[in-house]
Amino acid sequence: MTKFNLGRRALMATAVAAISFGSPMFADGHKVLDSIHFLIPGGAGGGWDGTARGTGEALTGAGIVGTASYENMSGGGGGKAIGYLIENADSNHGTLMVNSTPIVIRSLTGVFPHNFRDLTLVSGTIGDYAAIVVGKDSPMNSMADLIAAYDADPAGTAIGGGSVPGGMDHLVAAMVMEAAGKDALGVKYIPYDAGGKAMAALLSGEIKALSTGFSEAVDLAAAGEVKIIGVTADERVAAAADAMTMKEQGIDTSFVNWRGFFGAPGMPADKVAMYQKAIDEMYDTPEWEAVRARNGWVNIHNSGDDFKAFLEAQETVIGDLMKKLGFL
Amino acid sequence: MLEGILLGLQTAFSVQMLLMVIGGCLIGTFIGMLPGLGPMSIIAIMIPVAISMGDPAAAIILLAGVYYGAIFGGSTSSILLNAPGVAGTVATSFDGYPMAKQGKAGKALTVAAIASFCGGTIGAILLMIFAPALSSVALLFHSAEYFALMIVGLSAIAAFAGTGQVAKALMMTILGLMLGTVGEGTMFSLPRFTMGIMDLQSGLGFVTLAMAMFALPEALFLVLNPAASETGKSEEIKDLRITRTEAKSIAPVIGRQSIQGFFIGVLPGAGATIASFLGYAVERNIASKDEQEKFGKGSIKGLAAPETANNAACTGSFVPLLTLGIPGSGTTAILLGALIALNVTPGPRLMIDEPQIFWAVIISMYIGNFVLLVLNLPLIPYIAKILAVPRNYLIPYILFFTLMGAYIGQNNATELLLLVAFGVCATALRFADYPLAPLLIGFILGGMLEDNFARSMQLYDGVSFIWERPMTLGLLVISVLLVLLPSFRARRARLRSAGVADGD
Repeated sequence: MTKFNLGRRALMATAVAAISFGSPMFADGHKVLDSIHFLIPGGAGGGWDGTARGTGEALTGAGIVGTASYENMSGGGGGKAIGYLIENADSNHGTLMVNSTPIVIRSLTGVFPHNFRDLTLVSGTIGDYAAIVVGKDSPMNSMADLIAAYDADPAGTAIGGGSVPGGMDHLVAAMVMEAAGKDALGVKYIPYDAGGKAMAALLSGEIKALSTGFSEAVDLAAAGEVKIIGVTADERVAAAADAMTMKEQGIDTSFVNWRGFFGAPGMPADKVAMYQKAIDEMYDTPEWEAVRARNGWVNIHNSGDDFKAFLEAQETVIGDLMKKLGFL
Repeated sequence: MLEGILLGLQTAFSVQMLLMVIGGCLIGTFIGMLPGLGPMSIIAIMIPVAISMGDPAAAIILLAGVYYGAIFGGSTSSILLNAPGVAGTVATSFDGYPMAKQGKAGKALTVAAIASFCGGTIGAILLMIFAPALSSVALLFHSAEYFALMIVGLSAIAAFAGTGQVAKALMMTILGLMLGTVGEGTMFSLPRFTMGIMDLQSGLGFVTLAMAMFALPEALFLVLNPAASETGKSEEIKDLRITRTEAKSIAPVIGRQSIQGFFIGVLPGAGATIASFLGYAVERNIASKDEQEKFGKGSIKGLAAPETANNAACTGSFVPLLTLGIPGSGTTAILLGALIALNVTPGPRLMIDEPQIFWAVIISMYIGNFVLLVLNLPLIPYIAKILAVPRNYLIPYILFFTLMGAYIGQNNATELLLLVAFGVCATALRFADYPLAPLLIGFILGGMLEDNFARSMQLYDGVSFIWERPMTLGLLVISVLLVLLPSFRARRARLRSAGVADGD
């Protein structure tokens, strides 16, 4: 109900960005592109918005791209922007749309009439692992404790998350429990409409564990509120070196919530290559490092065909799991 | 603790910080007056500015100033134009707008300013005393209790219905609940009642519906029914003074609602909206019979109650934010994001690790409230003059801001079509004398009601939470009383008078 997707805010933010990042924008030889227009399928202030603006800031700041402009197009949970890009493909060769894991999930459920194959895959740029956390006073200290609690009382061991049933947080919880040899269908998942409310529920004892994004979990753990009992990364992440991965605990699963950029269908190959080159070069710049560190993002770079293979693999894993859970 | 307070005072009273508060309040007030731009959007606009200052204390003080200013400014558009920009000021328009129509716009704004000031200040005092202790209270509420709290809020709708209008009010409430189910709910991953229209997938926007129910019908009503709008007398607009008897009558209201509002605000997720509705309902129920009649027709008590409560609740919402790091509302969620970007992590450790920030925020709330009062009282006559503008100029102005409010909220042109369609329906309902407020309340509370009910059902595998959780049961009993009490009273009064007339 309080979804404010603000054009005005976007305008102001752009204005501020233009003022503060205008100065270091000298052309120092390695400029790849004159301009990029970012299409953001959600409102200002969200995850997609931050990714597009952060990427634009780094690209222009480092002088790789001359200017960046941003357009927020909310509606249909992101579906409207996808539809727009496909319908107006010819006039949008200068546009990159930001998206993330939900494009895979929501295409599978049919909420989006299109899927990633209808778009030009440019590049996956960053990601965030998922994490299972418990309250700081919880007797549980590891995934083994959580699984033991689940075995003892499946109905009383509810796991919460900030997404709808069948959404990302639910899928992660189900994926982990299944990899631990339990029935994914038996997991009692309780959805909350915002991370803050899910957190309150965890601290009040309404839910026993919370499935959430890793960077959010790190912030909460730093505030002394929660213990991270499992991370879906292959190896421990420096931002929380104490947090054990799922694999370390004998649960063979990993999951990355990626974010990346897409172009309109039929985008000329040379254009795609230029965008990919620009993003490629961005990773080595101090400007990107500053943006990345500020937001706690993890560099997970997949370009072109790698990106396609990555998305297809994710689609299979998620699709199988969703079938099992009865969402497909 | 005293040491911390002194440290906070020292931080908050520096020239730079005072300028921050004043600047924040001014920006917040002026942008907040535009319908459609609530505190949440204004804070989001200000965040890049605040972060670029680098000093976390200055940034949060500026943002808190903007927050208070926006809440205050928001009530101005509710009172003058019947265009509540945020859910928390919907109840303000119930009595504020009728007062403005009676030519008492200046007085209404003054009452709102004073009620806001008192609510905010008493809230800040309560925050200072109870913040550490209350963090655990906020966690007593589970989904089951939130469900029951929403029921209490809905049952208070009986209080908004005039005599003989209970059935109409109920119908409107149910219509509002139905509109609230459009789109993708939190509990179900599939869209409902969107008729395949992608723009409906995220549900109907609050601002769109609020403008369609209140502001647009008002403007259309003025056009279609010119005679009804000739009551405003421009000379009275300048009359700001509140008489001694009026002050006496609203003082207890302000006292009660500051406390009630604050405690409702402490609950994450309940916030200013519920606080203002319940504040209005409670005050109406405990008012004397004569005064009850005046509610909805320009009662200063009916204006003071929600205004006090929503400001106190906003202050209350800082309790879970600062002590637990839990944002209770969209606005505090944005504030939390800003704090984290400034390397301040709210939570149990904030008070120990960075007491100067914790206390500077609280102290700045007093200053913010005071500054708002000082800034706004002298401005009221000029703001109120908006209503002295001849109707043929004022109506296009209202229409413009109504449409603009709906558009900038979503940046989506479909909102305009929805706004006009709903606005026309609402105007028809208004001519048929259906109350529109219950519809909006049903819409606002419906989503939260459903989510919390569904969550509780899932957690308890059925409805056993109703009797297994004493607090849920208690709240539900209160709501039953809220529904039954007025009709019981009315019945008894009717029987008594009938008895006298029949002579038996």
